[in-house]
Amino acid sequence: MSRTPLDTVEHAAATPDVELPWAELGLKKDEYERVVEILGRRPTGAELAMYSVMWSEHCSYKSSKVHLRQFGEKAPQSDALLVGIGENAGVVDVGQGYAVTFKVESHNHPSYVEPYQGAATGVGGIVRDIIAMGARPVAVVDPLRFGAADHPDTKRVLPGVVAGIGGYGNCLGLPNIGGEVVFDACYQGNPLVNAGAIGVMRHEDIHLAKASGAGNKVILYGARTGGDGIGGASILASETFDDAKPSKRPAVQVGDPFQEKLLIECTLEAFKEKLVVGIQDLGAAGLSCATSELASNGSGGMRVTLDDVPLRDSTLSPEEILMSESQERMCAVVEPDKVDRFLEICDKWDVIATVIGEVTDGDRLEIFWHGGKIVDVDPRTVAHDGPVYERPYARPEWQDALQADDANKLPRPETSEELREQVLKLVASPNQASKSWITSQYDHFVQGNTVLAQPEDSGMIRVDEESGLGVAIATDGNGRYAKLDPYHGAQLALAEAYRNVATTGAKPLAVSDCLNFGSPEDPAVMWQFAEAVRGLADACQQLGTPVTGGNVSLYNQTGEVAIHPTPVVAVLGVIDDVARRTPVAFQEEGQLLYLLGDTREEFGGSAWSQVVHDHLGGLPPQVDLERERLLAEILISASRDGMIDSAHDLSDGGLIQAVVESALLGGKGARLIVPDGLDAFTFLLSESAGRAVVAVPRSEEVRFNDMCGARGLPVTRIGVVDGDTVDIQGEFTLTLEELRTAHEGTIPALLA
Amino acid sequence: MTARIGVVTFPGSLDDRDTQRAIRLAGAEPVALWHKDKDLHQVDAVVLCGGFSYGDYLRAGAIARFSPVMETLIEQAKAGLPVLGICNGFQILTEAHLLPGTMLRNDHLHFICRDQKLRVENAETSWTTDYTAGQEIHIPLKNNDGQYVADEYTLDKLEAEGRVAFRYLDFNPNGSQRDIAGVTNEAGNVVGLMPHPEHAVEPLIGTGRTDGLPFFTSILKKLVNA
Repeated sequence: MSRTPLDTVEHAAATPDVELPWAELGLKKDEYERVVEILGRRPTGAELAMYSVMWSEHCSYKSSKVHLRQFGEKAPQSDALLVGIGENAGVVDVGQGYAVTFKVESHNHPSYVEPYQGAATGVGGIVRDIIAMGARPVAVVDPLRFGAADHPDTKRVLPGVVAGIGGYGNCLGLPNIGGEVVFDACYQGNPLVNAGAIGVMRHEDIHLAKASGAGNKVILYGARTGGDGIGGASILASETFDDAKPSKRPAVQVGDPFQEKLLIECTLEAFKEKLVVGIQDLGAAGLSCATSELASNGSGGMRVTLDDVPLRDSTLSPEEILMSESQERMCAVVEPDKVDRFLEICDKWDVIATVIGEVTDGDRLEIFWHGGKIVDVDPRTVAHDGPVYERPYARPEWQDALQADDANKLPRPETSEELREQVLKLVASPNQASKSWITSQYDHFVQGNTVLAQPEDSGMIRVDEESGLGVAIATDGNGRYAKLDPYHGAQLALAEAYRNVATTGAKPLAVSDCLNFGSPEDPAVMWQFAEAVRGLADACQQLGTPVTGGNVSLYNQTGEVAIHPTPVVAVLGVIDDVARRTPVAFQEEGQLLYLLGDTREEFGGSAWSQVVHDHLGGLPPQVDLERERLLAEILISASRDGMIDSAHDLSDGGLIQAVVESALLGGKGARLIVPDGLDAFTFLLSESAGRAVVAVPRSEEVRFNDMCGARGLPVTRIGVVDGDTVDIQGEFTLTLEELRTAHEGTIPALLA
Repeated sequence: MTARIGVVTFPGSLDDRDTQRAIRLAGAEPVALWHKDKDLHQVDAVVLCGGFSYGDYLRAGAIARFSPVMETLIEQAKAGLPVLGICNGFQILTEAHLLPGTMLRNDHLHFICRDQKLRVENAETSWTTDYTAGQEIHIPLKNNDGQYVADEYTLDKLEAEGRVAFRYLDFNPNGSQRDIAGVTNEAGNVVGLMPHPEHAVEPLIGTGRTDGLPFFTSILKKLVNA
């Protein structure tokens, strides 16, 4: 077996004409030429590997960057923001010396290929982002979207994804407290598996991904590096460098939550002893990303000896080691006199740790293999100066026709009996049905700080046992709304998550987002993306909630058909005392039900139009962000001052969906009266935004009405918590039993 | 005077800090014990908490059972040291043969997390005296491998000797034989169960119930009065 000579920097300079497989690695011709221009010579194989993964859409945001800048440019002034966009995750001040870090990411494509491992490693990746900021992870949330609920492939993908999220998150000891499960044929073949995590730390514990201080050691710790998750490296390996080794590498990484749990504990112990100068997790692009980002964010350069990387497979080439996305690895920068202690802590937790390099006083990232220098680059050119595209975008020509196809003109139920049947059909439809078959596969209780978990409007975690300080998180998105109008659809996603946080009594503080779209090479998709980003940035500015970070997932499409544009928005909130939280469930019979906000005839993109008419057209509900802010203030005040005992946000499915959920969770029914000026259909099923339904104890009625009146929030008394039916007076009655059967039977029947 | 109750952390233990909190809320002093340390540091009782020790690799509890700390613990449990095994802790106790039977994967093959209704069948163990026999309580359950099995002879013997400590009520969440949720050894000092009493000790948190607190007050009273 003969081996090609090592492709060192020297060798590359001496052999300018060697053809490299840049196209197979996903680089465009002009991108490759740019690499050659930056280096002043052809790249080595190892350098090419690094540039190709770091300049990929996933790592470089090359199509989305020009739009994402708005999140910074339009960022509202916020005292709460401690670390903004650009780090592993944003960090928010929640008071009492505590800081909270949170982020949402996608693991869409791997989860379609291999549902269990794809979803599991999605959880693993987001959790490492949280640890890398210096925080202890305290909860996860999972917004999920699948194809039609009755499609056979959904039955392949969904149970695997759910088991993967549970299998990984449960084993890490992280309560799963929120998220969504949405079905729509548009996600067939392109499921959206987004994962969010929250971490808590003290202000002084914030860590950043930078390598500073010449002489400091670079330590790789965690799992050994294997051949999993190498995107195009098999091409590098088999076609150019060496054809005498295994070439079929799994493209999806394989997770080991046990290893990650050890990584969490050992990292937190090292943080506690102040041993860490800078830290970066190894996710997408593995060591290529970690070394180039650490080096480019720090003050010096970095020298790495790749031979020292512990391997699972000794036949790996240096290119593969640089590109491997083996899970459960982290990279820390540690001062020389603290290295021994750091290694000791790793040993205590049975975590493999190896010094693989050091920070230099130069400005180059140099990587060595078998004594030869195989990488010599300015790390900024790898990590930050990737290509930036101004992709063409254009409002699709079908947009007008779609918006003109008004859902308000669809045939409505003509009799009370018909309305009753449609309501029952709605609450039993896969999107509106109870998801407890799914969420019961996740641990909600671990860590002993869970105040609220799904199906509550937001998940809530206690941060401080003494004071009762807590944080809340809600994630929302509505691809149907966004398809009808991406600008307002994105704003509606934010408005809903913001409202959900406030409904539980927490004050919304900051935003993370996961932007799921089709191919950026399609101008129509690019327009959807540009509009959604513009809408979200404008709305964040108006609501005073900065975007702290997030993730973009493009190419979610099969052939020419893209998914609905699906911006998923996470809002983080804070509550001074979790004892004041407001749950969804009705608490006590006799309490008065009030509808807050205005109800208009708004059925575009509604659950009703989908379930009853299989229709998508018209315009989504109007957005009034000032109203959202007022509603939130009222909900938070009412919660703090004990004026409401339960509250539920109104969104898809409208008022009736909210009342049914509150009734079933509380085991108490309701009697409702259709208010003057509204017909029963609009009252029950419209999806006007900026609304919530609350249950007010009789003793608080005057005070609550006075507050709403003084603040100018429309409030309508619509009924009372009562009995074991949901009774719409003069229209129809549904018993809790038949509602429960309808609402809770659907998902198990489809998937169990 | 209060009692010192140890909580062992194995690699992969998850509920160690929660269990320490529950011990503290009951009024006892929690003591962190480390799996590599044979020394139990003179604790008066030990809780083996929930989690996935050693990733549940091989079999839940099968590797943890051979940890250095278990050497001492097995010896002292046989001599009367009160030990409570919760979930993974219960699995470790059966692997260590301190309790009979074993746990298989849930019969429906899914992880399950729910607020579970139980009946306290034996209110005379070291960990259950603050309950009354027959009392119905709600305790969160969350596991993958919770199906309790034993041979018929053992099951009959357990029932005859009153050693079925807890039974699932209304719904058997994992296919456990005879709805068994927890058992005790003959002496009543070693108790194991799948549900998580340490997650039911504070109003507002988790399910908002405090039905699990008597586990920790029972042992505290026993130790303080001893």
